[in-house]
This record gives sequence, C-alpha cells and structure tokens, in this order.
Amino acid sequence: MAEVLRLPKDPRSSADLTRRGFLVSMCATGAVFGFPSIANAAMNPEAPDGLPIEAVGAKYEPTIWYWIDTEGHVNVNIIRAEMGQHVGTAIARILADELGANWDDVHIDHVDSAAKWGTMVTGGSWSVWQSWPVYRQAGAAGRIALSEKAAQQWGIDPAQVTVKDGMVSGAGQKLSFGELVAMGLTRVFTEEELKQLPLKPHSDLTLVGRDVKALDIATKTTGHAIFGIDAKVDGMVYAAPIMPPTRYGSSITSIEDSAAKNIKGYRQTLKLDDPSETVQGWAMVVADTFWAAQKAARLVKVEWNAGDAAKVDEAAIQERGRSLIADEAKGAILDTGDTDVAPVFAKAASTLEAEYTTATVLHFQLEPVNATAYQAPDGVWMIDTGNQWQSLALPWLQKALGVGEGGVVMRTYLLGGGFGRRLNGDYAVPAALTSKALGGAPVKMILTRPQDAEFDSPRSPSVQNIRMAFDADNNVIAMDSAATAGWPTKAMIPAAMEKGVNGEMYDPFAADGIDHWYSVGAQRARVISNDLAESTFRPGWLRSVSPGWINWAIESFMSEAAAKLGQDPVAFRLAHLKAEGRNAGSAPNSVGGASRQANVLKRVADLSGYGKTKLPADTAIGIATTYGQSRSMPTWVGGAAQVHVDRKTGRVAVDKLWLVIDCGTVVDPNSAHAQCEGAALWGLSMALYEGTEIEHGLPSARNLDVYTPLRMIDTPEVVIEFVDSTEVPTGLGEPGTTVIAPAIGNAIFEAVGVRLRHLPITPAAVRAALEA
Amino acid sequence: MIEFVVNGRGVSVDADADTPLLWIIRDDVGLTGTKFGCGIGMCGACTVLVGGRATRSCITPVSDVAGTEITTIEGLDPNGDHPVQVAWRNISVPQCGYCQSGQIMQAVALLKDIPIPTDDDIDAVMTGNLCRCMTYNRIRKAVHEASQAMIGEKNSG
Repeated sequence: MAEVLRLPKDPRSSADLTRRGFLVSMCATGAVFGFPSIANAAMNPEAPDGLPIEAVGAKYEPTIWYWIDTEGHVNVNIIRAEMGQHVGTAIARILADELGANWDDVHIDHVDSAAKWGTMVTGGSWSVWQSWPVYRQAGAAGRIALSEKAAQQWGIDPAQVTVKDGMVSGAGQKLSFGELVAMGLTRVFTEEELKQLPLKPHSDLTLVGRDVKALDIATKTTGHAIFGIDAKVDGMVYAAPIMPPTRYGSSITSIEDSAAKNIKGYRQTLKLDDPSETVQGWAMVVADTFWAAQKAARLVKVEWNAGDAAKVDEAAIQERGRSLIADEAKGAILDTGDTDVAPVFAKAASTLEAEYTTATVLHFQLEPVNATAYQAPDGVWMIDTGNQWQSLALPWLQKALGVGEGGVVMRTYLLGGGFGRRLNGDYAVPAALTSKALGGAPVKMILTRPQDAEFDSPRSPSVQNIRMAFDADNNVIAMDSAATAGWPTKAMIPAAMEKGVNGEMYDPFAADGIDHWYSVGAQRARVISNDLAESTFRPGWLRSVSPGWINWAIESFMSEAAAKLGQDPVAFRLAHLKAEGRNAGSAPNSVGGASRQANVLKRVADLSGYGKTKLPADTAIGIATTYGQSRSMPTWVGGAAQVHVDRKTGRVAVDKLWLVIDCGTVVDPNSAHAQCEGAALWGLSMALYEGTEIEHGLPSARNLDVYTPLRMIDTPEVVIEFVDSTEVPTGLGEPGTTVIAPAIGNAIFEAVGVRLRHLPITPAAVRAALEA
Repeated sequence: MIEFVVNGRGVSVDADADTPLLWIIRDDVGLTGTKFGCGIGMCGACTVLVGGRATRSCITPVSDVAGTEITTIEGLDPNGDHPVQVAWRNISVPQCGYCQSGQIMQAVALLKDIPIPTDDDIDAVMTGNLCRCMTYNRIRKAVHEASQAMIGEKNSG
C-alpha cells in the first residue's frame, strides 16, 4: 500500500496543501479543475481535463466557427450540446470536408453562451440540418483563403490549386495549412460573400458519409468525460432542495431546522425568492458536503400553503382533454387545405371513429438535473451545467439574479442524457438563487432521483380523437383529427407558437404528426392545449414531442381503417401516400414529398417480411410509417415490429424491430445508426415499459423501483437501413421513436386480434382486451 | 478514520459512517468517473469493484469498505486500455456516456466470473445496468469482443 493520506472531513479546510496534494496526485489524469473565470468557458470533450486546445503561433479565423493555427490544428466551435449524438463530430466533419482538412487535425470546442453565437439550442433533431449550410460555407471560406494565399506564393491562378488532407498543392508544389497560416492569413468574409461561395459537389465529399471515430467517445470509456454533475469550483458548498407539494403556486409558511443543526457540515436553510417565478415555494439546505446536505434536508421541517394542483390527478387531466375535444370551438386548426369536413361527414356512407390516449412519461435522463453557480470576480454570474437551450434559460437566470444581458454565462458540460429534459434549463435557477443568497459563493445543487422526477417537465398525458369518412365505394373522403395535451412551447416560449387558419395560436411541437402526408380528401387537424395539464405541471419536450403521441393515434387508426375496409394496411397507406397537391413536397427539405414516405414503407415491409413470413401462433409483424418530426424537415421513417403475445399473462414480447429511414444525406453513419437504434428502443420503452400518472399534481413514479424503462434483457435486435440519398440531411435523434408504438399496437392486433388504444400497453390491458 | 485502498492508493477518510461510498469517491477522493443515477442501487451508474466484486457504491456505506481494495473506472488500466474499454471504443458503445463507467465495471466483473459468456449470461448480468440512450445491443457486442480479446491475451501470455 502506498502512503496513506488523510482527507479532511470539512471541505472548508480543503484549501490545505495536504488535500490539494492528494487530489492532484490522485487525479493526475483526472478532472480537478475550477474555473473562476469566464475567459475560459468553452469545453473540449476530447480532453480528460475538458480544456480546449491552445493555438500554436498565429491563429487564422476565416469565420467565427473555427480557427487554424501554425501547426495546422483546425479547432471547430460547436454551439450544440453533446448528449450522446456525437454532434460535435458530425458538425466538425461537415466543415472539415468542405475545407479539405485532415481529420486527425480536427478538434472541437463546445462554446460558452456569448451572444455572438446566435440562438443556442440543441433539439428538434435540428443540429445537422441547420449546421449543414453554415459549416459548409465556413469550410469553403477557409479553403478559398488558403488556396489564394498559396496561389499568390507560387504565382499561379487559384483555380489551379487543390486542397486535400490539410495540404494545399499546385504547380508541383505543396504547403501545409500550418505553413500558410504562419505566412499570415487575414482574409475575412462577409455574410453575403459566404453565401456566394462555391461548395464542393456531393461526389467530392470524403468525410461526410464515412465512419470516423467520434471525438467524445474515448473519455467516456475512461471516466474522464466531464458532465455537469462533475463541475467543481474551489470552495463550493452543496445545496439540497426541499421541494414544494406542487409545481406552481405553493408558498412556504414556515421552516424549522433545529434538528438539522446536529448534522456536521450543515450551514443553513434558505427560503428561495425567485423573481423569475421558475421555482415557487422552494427551500434550499446548504451544507459542506452532498451527504450532509441530504441528511440535514431530511430533518428540516417545511410547511407550505399548497397550490391548487395538489387536487389534480391524471384522470382529471384526461377528462379535461376529452371535454376540450368535444367543444368544436376549441383549438387551432392547421392549414391542411380543405378543412371543411362537416359537410363531407354529413354525406358519408360510413364513418370510423376512435380515441387514443397516452400517459405521462418522464425523461428520466440518467444524470439527475444539477447546476453549479457562482459569481466570478468580474461580477458575471457563471452557471456550470449541461443544457440544451442556453438561449431560453439565460433570460430566466438574468431575471432571477436581477442582472441584464451579458450578466450570466453558461458553461456547457456534457449532458448525462438530454432527451429534451435539458431544453428546459429551469433547474439552473434554484442553484443561481442559492448562490445569490450566499453573496455569489459557489454552490452545487444536485437533485436526488425522486426530486428529478418530481421536478421533471414530463411528456404530457394526451387524448386524440380521429374520425374518417368513406363514400359508398369505400373511398376515403374526409379525415378529422383532434389532439390535446399540455403544450411545452406555450409554457416556456410562447413567442414560438404559430397561428392556425382559424387565427388561434398553437404549439407546433405539440401538433407535429397531425398534418400528415396522407391524401384523405377534406382534412381538419385541430390541436388544443390542455389548460389543466399546464396549470398542474410544466409540460416538456420529450424525445420527438408530439410525433410520439399523435402518430400513435394516426398510425394505429390507419390500420384500423384498413381493417374496416378489409384492406392490407400497407396497401391502404400506399394508396393514400401520393406526391401530389400539398403532399408533393418542395425543395430543399422535402423533395419528393409523400413518395419518399411511400418508399420507406414499401422497403420496410419487404425487409421485415411483413405479410410473407410464416410466424408462430400469437406472433405477428406490425408496420407504421411517419415523417419523423415535422413537415418542414421530414425524415421519412418506415417501421416494423414483430411481437409475440402471451395470451395468459398479457405480456407482449418484442422479438425484432426494423427501421428504414430516409434522412437525405447521412453525414455520420455510425452515429446515425446509434441514434436511430436508441430512438427506436425509446419508442419501445414508452410503448410497453414506461409511463406514470399524475397524482396530487406530481408524477407518482419517481424512481426505478416503480418507473421501469427498457433493460437489456428485453432489448430486441434492431435492423436499420438508410435510403441512399444526396438530398439535404434532416434530423435523426428523434424520428426513430415515432413509429414504434403504433407498429407494436398494429402487431398485437395482427397477432391476437385486439386493438390497444392507450400507452403504455400493459399486460393487464392486453388481458382485459383479450377477455372482452 | 476509515481506511481503504482506491486504485492502489491508500486513503483515510474522516466521514460519517453512513456516507455512501459514491460520494467519498467523487467528492473526497476526487474521482468523478463513477456516477450518481438513482441512489437506490438500481441503475448501476455508480458501480465500482470492491475486492473485485461489482458493487453499487451509492448504497454502500463507507464504513462497510474499511480495509478493502476498491477499483474505479479510472483505475482499471493506467492508459484506459483495459480490453473492455478498448472494445467499448472499437464498437463506439457510448452515446451520452453517463452510465458507461458503471457498464464497463460491471462487464469487467462479469468477464472475471464468466470468461466466455453467452448472450443470456450477458443479459442476466448486465440488465441491472440501465442505459437511457439504449446502447444495449452494442454493449452486448462489446462484451463478446472483450471476452475474445481477453481469452486471446491469456492464451498468448
């Protein structure tokens, strides 16, 4: 055994050299750092200490998106958060490919939250789609500047110069990026110039579409990856919240902490006063260690006047949804062409109607939300945390702290799962308020798992009602869909709402899926915000948002309609996926329109052997198809699930999943596969294993003893195929989730003839349906 | 004072006996590769080896490990090149990466007990480790690859 070093119990004495010496020697390659400065708020996921690489010699910055130094290092600035999608690798590769860089020279920084970076959000599966044109232009700018410099050196026409693998060559000569930068490169480009730059033809791209090792992976296998929960600032104390009985409207009437005073390391309990009203009725226990804060928090007695939501449960929210749908005057009507369905239903030969519901779902990202806050010596407030939407959280933090723009900087750590939870940076506010109450001292707040669940912005429970009208020849002549849920965008960023054709505003992320690409004659798509849900909890964006609940309804219903008509569900869908009229698609994002959705559906039916494969009793393949996230950025998805239903127990086992995906150009094949597989298994998890209910205003299941996401033992093989395409790359983080639940529901119907219309599908519900 | 060994180095801690080992490792020893997930031993993100056995450090009072030898993710190999870590990188297992320290430690323990595991063996052992990004199929594949590499090492060494 090596020498024994003593760890002091009281971190207030942690500045002593013994402990520091111990930490330094113990963690020579680990993460001991404190950043009391905003000068260095970027993070490099490749480095064990998280520090960005330093430029050697002069730096050339063709645009704000990267620099090249005299050693030829290409350091790319990434405004997106890393939460498992290897997004920095995908984006840097787009730039490096257009630039002509050698991939081994490429590094990335996840940047601070300065205004110059523009809107910072990592969600909607937008990152690659939005970055594609910008980072290609940026890469082209560098390539042209390097070419011109070399051509000037050699006295030749820049058109004779080629740029490849970090080398510039022409007229039999070669110069490296680093050598050219050392000669002094200064050319900058205006926005207009950037837009005019010639881009490489698709056939000349060598990094896009090829497998390269993601830059963030190695540190995630050695324990050196630095997540928000690992933030460490010299002298920090720990804060443990005592949370109110309801999300909104609870106020503290008394705090009694005498018992906590016996806990060594306990400091005090604060009543948080939040001008931003993000947290209402929170008390915060401050102590020297995480454990001391937890122990003390159990001993502090807090009393509240509870908010009204304490009386609300899931059933009441769903009943409210049903009554909203029943009121024809409620909600926003989307532009789906001819929305006047009433006269068509009036003359229909027959109709079909069904209601579909989904339960509350938690994000349950494995890293509980946390944040470390402190005031830097220059007065700026620093928030160290993992976050997906800095531009949304910063104004809340500024209001909470009483400072203006520029008064708060967020330092974005790796996210121990995002899935939409960290789009909502509400959790940073109580940490900031605690530091403020302590005069700017560094405070680290970590929610326990049950608190994380309680404070989650869950996927709202939802109700969908769908009707379809048929003529005497069984042609579809109208479709009327209504969907209601708590709307995250309304709750958090109402300015991003859109206006329906009836003048009513709606949350586009809670409407996606309802304005589908099927041609069904007259079509009304109505979305209604559930006010009871919204006054009870803060609805969240959860991986795929409404395509997760609306496609459950639409794609179950399409199979129900096919069954009513005695038609094959694939053939029935194909008959209505016509690239004409409003479903013809448009450049650049939805070229081909409904024909591309028809293509993935046909392909997944073939790939899975749907309708052809002979399967055992009570076993069947079900199919579904979606356009991923939204009409404005469709990722075309065909999905199939093979299930076996145990008639005795009602248990549904998923044997295999298939996905065929057309996302345009696949930028990063390995990560694309990983994202789609993860998304599909999320879909499976939400279809069969997850879900909770609101009880007394809060989610009732708050830890893994009762909240039961998919585990390895229930994980099936997932077969994924991408359509070969050179179209604009669309999103991949979410679309894979959107087909799985309806594919499973449809498979259960084909296997045992019962139709399930509520998520999650529990064994009890299957048994009940079989016995009915 | 509670004394034990972490990654080959002796440590001595003056902490409440009921403090979970996890927080001692993370906040006192300063090794943050071991993660906090559920706090009830059901997600596996906090898995470390105590005397070679996979142990959930979030529900293990520090007093229980007095006199033991503990290995964390940082101590598996000085260069991060334990065959399990290498396989994890070859197959690009991690997505967000938060659970992966625990997954790797659990896999190391599994391969010690069952050097050539079947899919069913892997499922039975690894199902206690939650991966919210759902990297399960790659984990299964990586465990097989690590197993092959370790068998090869043994045979050639």
